[in-house]
Amino acid sequence: MTETPIKAVAIGASAGAVQALLAILPALPARFSLPILVVVHVPPDRDNALAPLLQSKCRIAVKEAEDKEPIEGGAIYLAPSDYHLLVETQRTLALSTDELVNYSRPSIDALFESAADAYGPELVGVILTGANHDGAAGLKAVKDAGGVAIVEDPTGAYATAMPLAALEACPSAITMNIDAIASYLSSLGPA
Amino acid sequence: MTEDLEIELLLEALHQRYHYDFRHYARASIKRRLIHARGQLGFPTISAIQDRVLHDPSMLPRLLDYLTVQVSDMFRDPSYFKALREKVLPHLRTYPSLKVWIAGCSAGEEVYSLAILFREEGLYDRTIFYATDINPEALAAAETGVFPLDRIRKFTENHRKSGGKSSLSDYYTAAYGRAAFDKSLRSRVVFSDHSLVTDAVFAEMHLISCRNVMIYFDRPLQDRAIGLFRESLTRNGFLGLGSKESLRFSAHAPAFSEFVAGEKIYQRRER
Ligand SMILES: C[S@@+](CC[C@H](N)C(=O)[O-])C[C@H]1O[C@@H](n2cnc3c(N)ncnc32)[C@H](O)[C@@H]1O
Repeated sequence: MTETPIKAVAIGASAGAVQALLAILPALPARFSLPILVVVHVPPDRDNALAPLLQSKCRIAVKEAEDKEPIEGGAIYLAPSDYHLLVETQRTLALSTDELVNYSRPSIDALFESAADAYGPELVGVILTGANHDGAAGLKAVKDAGGVAIVEDPTGAYATAMPLAALEACPSAITMNIDAIASYLSSLGPA
Repeated sequence: MTEDLEIELLLEALHQRYHYDFRHYARASIKRRLIHARGQLGFPTISAIQDRVLHDPSMLPRLLDYLTVQVSDMFRDPSYFKALREKVLPHLRTYPSLKVWIAGCSAGEEVYSLAILFREEGLYDRTIFYATDINPEALAAAETGVFPLDRIRKFTENHRKSGGKSSLSDYYTAAYGRAAFDKSLRSRVVFSDHSLVTDAVFAEMHLISCRNVMIYFDRPLQDRAIGLFRESLTRNGFLGLGSKESLRFSAHAPAFSEFVAGEKIYQRRER
């Protein structure tokens, strides 16, 4: 698919996110070596129960991202509710409470655009199910920077709007069903 | 990339011309905001913004609004204010007079929250509050204490969740779609322009609340700010950060102990 070794994965999901993530992340092998950065639209003011849920099913570490945290391989970082998650060019994480983007905080676009800046062609961006348009511009940024753009096949997605918007903004993205995404990501693991 | 260079040059220009120093702010969010500003203000490039702001000082406040994030709420993260109320104020009560510094106070949401909290706990009259920020428009708004009425429902809910002992409506009068907070809530507040990046310590504090400001700094700059707080705090003084901030990655971490785990409230160890 690409000659450049992949160094990080960014995933964005909205409506139907939990089921989709549960079909992908637990499939990753224990020795998976890349960092995975995840934005899920969750209501603000709600304790993020997603990290413990995913952790109970995954073989690699799952945590809420902390500000200024160095990004490490083999870990899943979730954007905390009500904060944007950004990647700095030195490959550390940064949080921000900037205005909502596409009615969302965290925003998938914000993560993907900053991650595309930091990782260039070494990034895979994955847009999953969702009922809005967040992530479309972000996925295009990933592709424009030379990275790999993947979209969940809208025909099988719980909510199709987000995958469709991503494909419209980034027509050269690869569509895959959830299982194919899981095995593709797993294959990236031990570099 | 050219755009990164233009941003670098713009920040350098702002520093040399106006002494606003954004050079060590977390770059990813500054970049997002400047690209947004370029679009909204109708400039073709970031360099065009630079050209304009260098020659036209009236452009500066507009640019500052993009460079400084003003998102805030009264009693934002109610559990933080609850922890102050239940765990920190009992200690502060033992002092005859108190100084509190709200650093990065934005339009005053946090200032009025603390003023109300201190009043409800009977400590207001012996406290001086220093409310500082670098954005002059935010400071001016903070001094007037007027907020759109449509924000009050959230504020009221937050206040209740923070363990509020009164009704928030006791503290403001509503008219024409606005809520004006009581003057008496700022009778002991000193509003002033102060930058955590370029300015020095100015008083000895018992409590410093600096929430959601340092996430915008890079690590060395965070260390500078935390160093200021460390020097400003009295023995056993308290430092409260935003809910997703911590001293974990700071060089000054050993100077503090965690006072309320989970609420990012720290205590200065004995000097
Ligand atoms: C997101 S607001 C936080 C408001 C409030 N503390 C809260 O948590 O809701 C960040 C504030 O920090 C201010 N700020 C940015 N840089 C600063 C600096 N160098 N020194 C002091 N304040 C700064 C901004 O102008 C803005 O008002």
